[in-house]
This record gives sequence, C-alpha cells and structure tokens, in this order.
Amino acid sequence: MEKIMSLNEPKLSTAGQESLPPLSIGLWRHRNVLDLDDFSPEEITLVFEIANGMVEVLAREVKKVPTLRGKTIATLFYEPSTRTRASFELAAKYLGADTVSLDAARSSVAKGESLIDSLRTLQALEVDTIVIRHPCSGAPYIAVRHLQTSIINAGDGCHAHPSQGLLDLYTIKRQLGDLKGRKVVIIGDIMHSRVARSNIWGMRSTGLHVVLCAPTTLIPQGMPEMLDKCGLDHVTIEHNLDRALEGSDVIMPLRLQKERQQSGFISSIREYIRLYQVNSERLKKARADAIVMHPGPMNEGVEISHDVAYSSSSLIEQQVTNGVAIRMALLYLVAGVKNQ
Amino acid sequence: MPEKILLNSSDIERALVRIAHEILEHNKGAKSIAFVGIKTRGVPLAQRLAKIIRSMEQVDIPVGSLDITLYRDDVTSLGFKHVVQQTYLPFDITNKQVILVDDVFYTGRSIRAALDALMDLGRPQTIQLAVLIDRGHRELPIRADFVGKNIPTAHNEEIKVFLSEVDAVDKVAVRRLDGENNEPK
Repeated sequence: MEKIMSLNEPKLSTAGQESLPPLSIGLWRHRNVLDLDDFSPEEITLVFEIANGMVEVLAREVKKVPTLRGKTIATLFYEPSTRTRASFELAAKYLGADTVSLDAARSSVAKGESLIDSLRTLQALEVDTIVIRHPCSGAPYIAVRHLQTSIINAGDGCHAHPSQGLLDLYTIKRQLGDLKGRKVVIIGDIMHSRVARSNIWGMRSTGLHVVLCAPTTLIPQGMPEMLDKCGLDHVTIEHNLDRALEGSDVIMPLRLQKERQQSGFISSIREYIRLYQVNSERLKKARADAIVMHPGPMNEGVEISHDVAYSSSSLIEQQVTNGVAIRMALLYLVAGVKNQ
Repeated sequence: MPEKILLNSSDIERALVRIAHEILEHNKGAKSIAFVGIKTRGVPLAQRLAKIIRSMEQVDIPVGSLDITLYRDDVTSLGFKHVVQQTYLPFDITNKQVILVDDVFYTGRSIRAALDALMDLGRPQTIQLAVLIDRGHRELPIRADFVGKNIPTAHNEEIKVFLSEVDAVDKVAVRRLDGENNEPK
C-alpha cells in the first residue's frame, strides 16, 4: 500500500491483530505477585503485551510517563541485590511513582524488628505496593496474610522469583518468536535456584521443553516425582551437559553459589568448571543460532566463560533491559487491581 | 434498544473528504502536516485522511499511532480496563502541524491524555484535533478543530464507530445501555 501506510508497526498491525478478540485486562486478578504457578497462559500473554508498550516508553528520549503518579512503591530487601532492586525502582520511577527503599541491614530490622512489623509500618506509611526479597522461602506468603497492601515477590529463599521468570520468558519469546518444540537448558545449582523454579512454572504450556542439567547433588531429591505430581511434563533432567546441549535453543547457566562448595554439594570448583561450564567449545553442541542467558550476577570463568558471556549469542544485557519493562508491566497491573 | 445506524460507509467517506479539505484550507496546504491517530480507531481514520489528501495534493503525509493508556487519569480507579499498547511515531513531531485523529469525541479526557502523551514525544508547532463524531458532554475545556458529524446524545447511549480495517465493516451506530452502567466513561 505504498508509502502512506507507513504504519508498519513492528509486530503490531492495526488491522489483523486488533480484530482478534482483544486481550482483556479483566482477566488479571493478582493483587499480589508471589510466583508464576498461579499464572494462566493468558495472564502471561497480557504481561508481555503490556511490556511491549513499556519497551517503547524505555526507548523514548523522555522515558517517564505519569501513569502511577501519586503512588508509592517500597522495596524491602533482606538480601543483597543490585539489578532486581534497581530494576524495580527504575520501573516505578519511569511510571511516575515515588519509591522508598529499605535495606534490612540499615533499618530497624537490625534493631530486631520482625518482618511483619516492618511490613505493617510500611502499610501505615500508606505505601501502595511493597516489593520484597527475603532469604526465607515463603516469607511473602506470610506477608500477604497480614497486609492489605500489594506484595510483589522479588525472590524468596530457594522458592520463587516471578519477575525474573517472566523477563526470561519474555526475552526468549522476543528472540525466538514461536516457542513450540524449542529446547531450553538450565544448568547448575537447580537445588537452590528460585530462578529455575519460577522459570519452570512460567514455561509450562508455552511449548518449550526444559532440560535441567546439574550434578546429582545439585538437583533436589525426588525432583522427577515432584515434576510428575505437579504435571510439569515439559521438564526433564539430564546430568551430562554435552548431551543436554544437543540441539538446544536457549542456554541458561545459573550462578554457582560458591558458598555451597563448603557444604559439600560439589567436590571442587575446578571439577565443576570442567563438567558444567558453558564455553565456546561446548556451545558448538547447541544450535548455531542458540542464545545464552544468565540471571546474574555472573561468576565469569566458573559457570560461564568470559567469551561466551560477551559473545553475540549472549542476551544477558537484554535481559536486564527487558526486566525493567516486565516490572513496569507488573506494577501497572497490580496498581489497577488494588482498589477493587 | 436495538442499535440504530447513524452513518454508513459513504457517509463516513464524505465526512472524511470534507475534513481533509478543511485541514488543507486551515493549514494553507499540506506542508509540515502530520497525522497522529489515537488507538484504536483513530489510526485507520488518520490513514484514510492521509490517503485522501494524497489523492488531492500528491503529497505523502506521515501517519503515526498513539496509545494513551499510560496517560489516562483512571488507571488506579475502580475497574480500569485498558491494555497498554505501543505508540508508533516513525517521524519527529517537533515543529510539525500535528493533527490528532480520534473516532468519538466525548468527555475530552482521552484528548487531554493524548496531548500530554504528544508533549512528551516532542514539541509540535501546533496540535489540531480532528474527530469523526462529536457526541458532546465535555468535562474539560477542549474543542475539536475538525468534526465529521455532531451527534447530540444522552449519557446512557453508546456511540460505536466501526471501521473496515478493524471491524470488517464501516458504520457508526448508537444504542442505549439499558440497565447497564450509565455513568459516562
């Protein structure tokens, strides 16, 4: 249609797509975001659709919109974090909200204040949404029992990290498009990884096949039975990395939590590197156009080699950018539910 | 109440042709004009206006689309129902005569949001407003520069514009919302 129809929007044609039944925001029902196990495929699609709009905002010269003006978002972190916290805070600021950040080490927590009291204080300060990270699995679940304020889980112990799961899946989807039959390999400390757990839930019913690859000591006991019981038949376990990588489309090494070495989960870091490091030699087993992702922070030279981390197949920086868009989408959606 | 057709396909076309003439007259030609359609149905209307002007003046007018969801004033109010979409402006609006295009002009709140959204994206020379239907009931001091048809309505009536690009058919219909939420949007 010549030049006048210069509206060749990336991925979003005005005619075709919008004549489909529109994605209704009415199907969003989460006042809190705790994990992805209770997300329907439609809800995940909705988050991604909205994240697309947020990516456009992030690409602007003035990347700030007034959507959540007058709202306050608190980040309450009982564990160190750089990217997740910065990502949530920037997401809130780009949407026009005010943020307050509480560092457990430097707050009344150090004076012995309990989790619930800290949360109640934030609620009394009229905070609208609390983003919480806690070393104990399940902490945000206790929090929601005591609060009316919305809670977003930014990582609880070994349990869940839903915004990371969403941003990983979003990054994969933007890169690969159709996910049917594609193979994702998650490598390393599955046992202690909340990222792996949320990814497993998020990738359910996407058509992705997930392979968990780790030494037996770093896979929780009874994992196959548990996967079976939860109906997660898209996940398999493989202990040999070379076999796992064969024909794979997405390769996701996890941080080797070095403190685990003392606990005897691995015999030595050197052996771990030899058997489980993702390096350019190993990458040849994967598909030529395979992508490499990492939830960060990386131990370069341990679970991932330097050249792979900064190669053209690495989407690690893109994950960080997409993370802001995904968190903007979550804050936006949660803000809309709260008053209902 | 069954829906009543107010405009058919050729009525819409005639209204747009007239608006196109008015735009050219008002701006003394098509120079530095750009169309920005408000999603969803402002976008095909903007494309149609650009096409009409091209057939008259043999100039290509840039067309963009604007999603105003993030600028609405009802995001955190009860039961808001808006999926954020992408804004797509493949040109710089700075120093352009930007013609905002929407299907139905009602309370003026969408246009207020659109003005804020545009201001964040550049500094147009002027912003003008073209709408297919003006149904009245303004809640803000905003007026349209170009109107396809004025249709006086009641709050409990709904005006719906159908465009072939989105809805497979061209028409403007009115129906009464009996027993439903009669509050203005």
